[in-house]
Amino acid sequence: MNTPSFASLQIGDSLPALQLPPITRTTLALFAGASGDHNRIHIDIDYARKAGAVDVFAHGMLSMAYLGRLLTQWVDQRQLRSFGVRFTGITHLGHQITCHGKVVEKFEENGEQRVKLEIETRNQYGDTKIVGDAVVAL
Amino acid sequence: MIDKKHIGMKLPVYQTKAEAGQLRFFAQSIGETNPIYLDVSAARDAGHPDLPLPPTFLFSLEFQIPSSAWRDELGIDTSRILHGEESFTYHRMAYAGDTLQFETHISDIYDKKAGALSFVVRQSRVSNQRGEHVADLRSILVHKNA
Repeated sequence: MNTPSFASLQIGDSLPALQLPPITRTTLALFAGASGDHNRIHIDIDYARKAGAVDVFAHGMLSMAYLGRLLTQWVDQRQLRSFGVRFTGITHLGHQITCHGKVVEKFEENGEQRVKLEIETRNQYGDTKIVGDAVVAL
Repeated sequence: MIDKKHIGMKLPVYQTKAEAGQLRFFAQSIGETNPIYLDVSAARDAGHPDLPLPPTFLFSLEFQIPSSAWRDELGIDTSRILHGEESFTYHRMAYAGDTLQFETHISDIYDKKAGALSFVVRQSRVSNQRGEHVADLRSILVHKNA
């Protein structure tokens, strides 16, 4: 892993994007089992319809896990200091999620050089689904 | 509406073990390709003592808290909740085989849209089997009251 250097990074620099395959029912079934979130709204269409949804939809934490991959493909996880998101939209079946991030701040804290990143997921239509930020030490 | 009297409620302290098989399953389910999350020898080559817990996995461990009594006590109907926000502050890494302790409390409850929505804020302090502070989690659940 080529760790980015604090000195060379500029405000506005983008992280390499992470493109995911389309969300399928299989994606959601496997993530339910693997993550321990068995909420039926994500895996059972009959239940989802009774709850007023048109179909099952993706776990918010699946998209957050994708954003985690965006971060850990850029820096070693040991450099990650914080990571937070707001779930602003529903990620539906068939959505092709891309994770994006950019540098918004460079600062020193606790004796470390750190950068703050703005991160988000977007589907293939450009709709933002999750927004958040992360702080990494470099 | 969720009664604000529950602000400060402590959930039972909960301990759980991070299992390597579950970590590999999780990594596969999110399409992870970085071998340090899948192969213990790759993790060791990178200086880790075992498979690391990826950044959001502590939420999965927290989610498996055996008692859902707190949700009943607050009057939460699981068909009416959405996940509003989630954040992690990291203090040190956690690895397969670690026993992690979650100390969780309800730190805030508030309403929006004239009571149509209630927001429940939950915070957890996570420590390992050596008593070291691993991370803090903060979750906001949105409950549709109407």
